[in-house]
Amino acid sequence: MDSALALQLLIQGILLGGVYGLIALGLSLIFGVMGVINFAHGQIMVMGMYASYWIFVLLGIDPYVSLVAVAAIIFVLGYAIQYLVVNRILDYPEAMQVLPLVSTGLILENIALLLWGPDHRSPQTALGLDSIWMGPVMVDTSRVIAFSLAILITGLIFLFLKKTTMGKRIRAASDNRTGAVLVGINVDRINNFSFGLGAATTAAAGCLLVPIMPISPYIAHDFTTAAFIVVILGGMGNLPGAMAGGLVLGVAESLSTLVLPATLKQVVSFTLLIIIILFRPQGLFGGKK
Amino acid sequence: MLKVHDIDVYYGDMQALRNVTLDVKKGEITTVIGSNGSGKSTLLRAISGILRPKTGSIQFNDKEITRTPSSGIVEGGISHVPEGRQLFPTMTVLENLEMGAQFSHMQKSAKKTMQEVFTFFPRLKERLSQKAGTLSGGEQQMVAMGRGLMSRPRLMMLDEPSLGLSPLLVSTIFEIIKQINESGTSILLIEQNVFQSLKISNHGYVLENGTIAHQGSSDQLLGNPHIRKTYLGL
Ligand SMILES: Nc1ncnc2c1ncn2[C@@H]1O[C@H](COP(=O)(O)OP(=O)(O)O)[C@@H](O)[C@H]1O
Ligand SMILES: [Mg+2]
Repeated sequence: MDSALALQLLIQGILLGGVYGLIALGLSLIFGVMGVINFAHGQIMVMGMYASYWIFVLLGIDPYVSLVAVAAIIFVLGYAIQYLVVNRILDYPEAMQVLPLVSTGLILENIALLLWGPDHRSPQTALGLDSIWMGPVMVDTSRVIAFSLAILITGLIFLFLKKTTMGKRIRAASDNRTGAVLVGINVDRINNFSFGLGAATTAAAGCLLVPIMPISPYIAHDFTTAAFIVVILGGMGNLPGAMAGGLVLGVAESLSTLVLPATLKQVVSFTLLIIIILFRPQGLFGGKK
Repeated sequence: MLKVHDIDVYYGDMQALRNVTLDVKKGEITTVIGSNGSGKSTLLRAISGILRPKTGSIQFNDKEITRTPSSGIVEGGISHVPEGRQLFPTMTVLENLEMGAQFSHMQKSAKKTMQEVFTFFPRLKERLSQKAGTLSGGEQQMVAMGRGLMSRPRLMMLDEPSLGLSPLLVSTIFEIIKQINESGTSILLIEQNVFQSLKISNHGYVLENGTIAHQGSSDQLLGNPHIRKTYLGL
């Protein structure tokens, strides 16, 4: 086997894995607080990607620059989804929470189709075609930036959860809902905020992907699935586990192209999923519930 | 200061409390005893707004709180140290205590309150950076009570604080409850440890199958032949 190629794929896998990790972090955060799996996660991310795309096309602002604004817009979208949909289904059995969220995803996907059509769009961003040498291998600059920013954003989210009062309230609600209610935390507000934050996180990840891959409404499914698998890999509700799981999936998918055609990428993630569920259902790094 | 008047509380169709009336007087320790499943925890959940009584009313310092949300109850000066402690296990002891002070007037005096908590529970001072989930049962109970004190409550409700603790620790906890009371906090204590809890309290109620079967001063209850037989095995 060509070792230079393998190294190249490994590095690319790690770089994309960081972004997977960020997407999954949002999903895991939402699950940790509410015990709800956001089956509209990839669709929310794609809305972020389109926001980023249009800001670039219409205003010429680079996706890396508009990221904060896009995250803020999608935060509002997430807050609204929580308020309108999720709050009403929190007490339902888990199986009954699936449909409303899958439907929300379908609605978002069809809104994207209506507004922007099914075409793949790839903007020519400033650094989109640049590449740099990392040791013996050449990688796309946009991927290096995506990875670095994904790690930076993850770090900022951890800092937020660790140091701020709001962050501590979110962790408290995630640790023990009853306890949170009893100390006087307004848990409904925490729910809304957490869903908004989870959505903003995945939207930020989407912005990082804009220079890397073509946008279409149809890529949303794959990302919902990927995020779900990453969260199971890392352990449900385990936030550092989400980032680690993202790296595992990124590397596995990337290395698999040595032996499998790239179109069979999903075989890899589902194989990982089945192995994990069979042998370590609590996830590689342990989770809650 | 707390007046529970004739409340009925249900879980779905099942009635858990029937015509429960109870008073907690300012500055006192009031105890509710009763066997497992008699509705003691349900009573506290109704007072702290987690459950809504179907009928009846609850007043605190002459203010109607029957429909007040839990956060409003805490803000108004009632803290609930629940059954099973309900700590935040992955957060540190310090963070658990901080989370006890949710409203700005509590946060302003949080440093001072925490020092007071340490005078009751000096052990917590050594454990501040440890995750609450890794503490022993007794230490967890101390965190739960400390967290409850951080809201500077005028009324503190304790749900079986001695459950699962060693006899020595049980005595310590009761001693501390007495001290907390002497420092000016009224107490509503729920216990199955009938003798020790009536010993430190002024008034007592006996819950049986969701209704108040007996009430009176703690001395009266300790002398009541039925209670002696059923709850003290004498
Ligand atoms: N969440 C619940 N759902 C349904 N029934 C409950 C629930 N919690 C308690 N009960 C029932 O209500 C009654 C009173 O329970 P509880 O207040 O917990 O009693 P105690 O604290 O005195 O042991 C019991 O019959 C119990 O089975
Ligand atoms: Mg109980």
